[in-house]
Amino acid sequence: MSPSDSFDDLRDLYQEVILDHGRKPRHAIRLEEFDATAKGDNPMCGDRVQVWVKFADDGIGRVGFEARGCAISVASADLMAETVQGRTKTDTRALFAAFRDMARTGTCQACDPSLAEPIERLAPLSGVHEYPSRVKCATLPWHALIAALDGAKEASSE
Amino acid sequence: MNVMTNLVAFDVTRIRDDFPILKQTIRGKPLVFLDSAASAQKPRVVIDAMVQAMETQYANVHRGLYWMSERTTEAYEAARDATAALMNANNRSEIVFTGNSTGAINLLAHSYGRGVLRPGQAVVISGMEHHSNIVPWQMLRDAHGIELRVAPVTDAGELDMDAFAALLEDGKVGLVAITHMSNVLGTITPAERIVKIAHAHGAKVMFDGSQAIVHRKIDVQALDCDFYVWTGHKLYGPTGIGVMWGRKELLERMPPFMGGGDMISSVSYEKSTWAAVPHKFEAGTPAILEGIGLKAAIDYVQTIGYGAMAAHEASLTEHALARLAGVDGVRVLGQAQDRGGVISFTLDKAHSHDVATLLDRQGIAVRAGHHCAEPLMRRFDLDSTARASFGVYTTHAEIDALVDGLVRVREFFQ
Repeated sequence: MSPSDSFDDLRDLYQEVILDHGRKPRHAIRLEEFDATAKGDNPMCGDRVQVWVKFADDGIGRVGFEARGCAISVASADLMAETVQGRTKTDTRALFAAFRDMARTGTCQACDPSLAEPIERLAPLSGVHEYPSRVKCATLPWHALIAALDGAKEASSE
Repeated sequence: MNVMTNLVAFDVTRIRDDFPILKQTIRGKPLVFLDSAASAQKPRVVIDAMVQAMETQYANVHRGLYWMSERTTEAYEAARDATAALMNANNRSEIVFTGNSTGAINLLAHSYGRGVLRPGQAVVISGMEHHSNIVPWQMLRDAHGIELRVAPVTDAGELDMDAFAALLEDGKVGLVAITHMSNVLGTITPAERIVKIAHAHGAKVMFDGSQAIVHRKIDVQALDCDFYVWTGHKLYGPTGIGVMWGRKELLERMPPFMGGGDMISSVSYEKSTWAAVPHKFEAGTPAILEGIGLKAAIDYVQTIGYGAMAAHEASLTEHALARLAGVDGVRVLGQAQDRGGVISFTLDKAHSHDVATLLDRQGIAVRAGHHCAEPLMRRFDLDSTARASFGVYTTHAEIDALVDGLVRVREFFQ
C-alpha cells in the first residue's frame, strides 16, 4: 500500500486514541501496593484482564492493569484507569453504567451532565456499538474494576 | 508441499454462480468469504430443494399413509442412500442422522461409551481436537470411569505417531476418537495408519470428519475405521443435520441414546423394544427438510467431484501459504505435510480480533479466536489466531484480497 493510504475505512472503530492507548498503555502495570484486585475473563474470545486498585481517602487513588487481548480491550482498560483516578466509588459506578450504555448504543443520552467530561474522554470507544461481538472487549476491564470495588475476585460475566 | 496438478476442468466462476449469497456486497465491497470451515455457504440447488419440499409435499415421515407423507419419507430416506454412497458405507442402515457432529459424538460417547466400553478402559483423543471431540469424552470419563488419554501434536502441527502408538500399548484403550482434519491447523491426520495401530491393539476408531469430508473423498471401507462422523452444514448443506456412520455390528450392540417416538418397535408400560438400526438412534421427528437439503448438497459435490474440489483447494492453499509467507509479521500455525484448505495465522502488530474486525471493514470475512480448540491454542502458547478457510467457490483473487488487507492492517497498526 502506498503511504497515501488514508485508512478512512478502518478508522471509525480504531480511532487514533485507541491505537495509541492500545499500543502504549500508560497504566498497564501491576500495582505493588493495592487495596483490591479482580480478574475479568471473556471465554468467548480468550481476552483476560486483571485490575488492581489503590484507594485514596474515599475514592480511587490509582488503577493498574494487565491485559491479554485486543487493542480495544487494552485501550479501554487504559482509558478507564486514566479516567477513574481521583473519583469516588459512587461516581465510578455511575460512570461505568454510562459507559456501558454508550458502548451498547453509541451514545449516552440518559447520562447525568456531571459525567459529560469523563464520558467525552471515553467516547472514542463508542464505535464498538456497531460490533456487538466487540462490546465486551470494551466493557471487560470495567467489569473487573467494579468487581474489585465490590470485593469480588472475579467479574461475573454478562 | 505436494500439490496435485489441476488437470480437471474447474470453472470457479460458474461454481460461484451457483451460490446466491456470493453476489452480496458487504460495506459496499464485494463479499470475500473465507470462513467456510465454520460453515459453508449454500448453493441454489440446496435452497430450492428445501423450499420445494415445503411448497409441494411437506408432511411428517415414517408414519403417514397418505401421498405427501410417503413422498417426503422417500425424499428424506434418499438422503440416507446418498450419504451411504458418499462415504461408501456397506449398508444404508449404517447411516445415523444426528443434529450435527457434536450430536453424533455425544451419541457415540453415551451409547458406545456407556453401553460397550467398561470402566477402566481408555479413550484416546489427540491434541488437535475441537471441543466437541473433547468434552463428551471428559463427561464419559467422569460418569463412567473411563480414562482419557491425549496423543500429542508436534511443532509442525502433526500427530506424534510414536507417542500415539505408545498410548495404546497397554491394551486398555477401547476407542480412539480423533480428528481426520484439524479445524485450526488444516492438518489431515494419517487415518489408515491410525486405524492399523488401533486395531492391532484391540481399539475401535472414530474419526471426526467435520472438516475432512469437505476436502477429501471419504471411503469408510477403505479407511477400515469403525465410526465416522460429520456435519451437513460444512458440506454446503443446511444446519441441523449431521451424520454418524458406524459398522452395523457395532451399532447393533449399542443401546439407544434418546428415547421417544420413531425409535421403538413396541411400547407398553412394562417394557419397550427398540427399532432396528439406524432408527433406534433417531428418536423424534427428524430434521426432514434438512435431510432433503443434505441430499441436494451431496448430489452437488458429487457432480463437481472430489478430485476437482481437492485439486482446486490444494491450489488455493499453496497460493495462500506462498503469499502469506511474503507478508512481514505473519506467522502461519502448523506446517503439516498433508493439509487441507484451512490456514490459521497470527500478525505481530495486531491481535487476531483486531485483524478480523479490520478485515471485515474491507469486506473480508475470516474467523478469529480459539476456534473451539483451547488446548491446541495453549499447545502453541497462543490465546487466539485468525483463520482463513476455503471452499469450492473460493478464488485466488480472494486470497490476494486477504493478503492486501493484512498488509493494510499491519501498516495501520505500525
